[in-house]
Amino acid sequence: MKNNVTGGYTGDLLSDVMANSHEGDIWITRQVHQNIVAIATLKEHAGIILVNSCEPAKDTLERAIQENVPILICTLPAFELTGKIYNLLSAAK
Amino acid sequence: MKPAVNNTENNLNKYSFNIEGGNFNDAGTVSTRIKSILKQKGLPNDVVRRSAIVCYEAEINIVSYARKGTVNLTVTTEAIEIEVIDEGPGIPDIKQAMEQGYSTANQQIREMGFGAGMGLYNINTYSDRFDISSEVNKGTSLKMIIKTSQLTKDT
Repeated sequence: MKNNVTGGYTGDLLSDVMANSHEGDIWITRQVHQNIVAIATLKEHAGIILVNSCEPAKDTLERAIQENVPILICTLPAFELTGKIYNLLSAAK
Repeated sequence: MKPAVNNTENNLNKYSFNIEGGNFNDAGTVSTRIKSILKQKGLPNDVVRRSAIVCYEAEINIVSYARKGTVNLTVTTEAIEIEVIDEGPGIPDIKQAMEQGYSTANQQIREMGFGAGMGLYNINTYSDRFDISSEVNKGTSLKMIIKTSQLTKDT
């Protein structure tokens, strides 16, 4: 994953993510279907992190490879992961 | 298999795309294409961002509710015009449908993270002008204008 992460957004409602996230954000979600790749591509997110060890659906992975969208899996729940990434990004500023 | 997106680019500033209802696999394809066209034309980031949001919401509405639809994009020196016409169930009460949080989406659509009742609300918020008309059992037509001048709506 070589994309530069400039911010983050946490959410499972796709319209909310569509309206309020920004280019360069790392998107934290527990949605695993392939539409997350469409959103991440459209919003030019740095990547997607799936929480609670959720695995992406097979077609999600295929689409992600095709669109060059990194998908990471994290064991933490969204609240903890968001906090950690928020602190990292704040410290880097 | 028939492609879900038939891209007829008539001339430099008019484009037309078809969307197939119920095909969630290709949802977002037309919006991504439109965003890329607008970016290539060098339009301001805010204009591209707002166009992508309204287009995506309209596209998801067709996929979620309609049998099929067409997106017509027109780019002029003053504005982006996005017209979305579908053949579908129509909307009986447009005022109610425009309210944030109101949705007729089924459980399957909601589980995917759609159907939160934000679609038409977002379209209205991010367009400079938004017109909607609908006929029950026929379909719904949307027309969104996003001005390309400096005098854009503050979102």
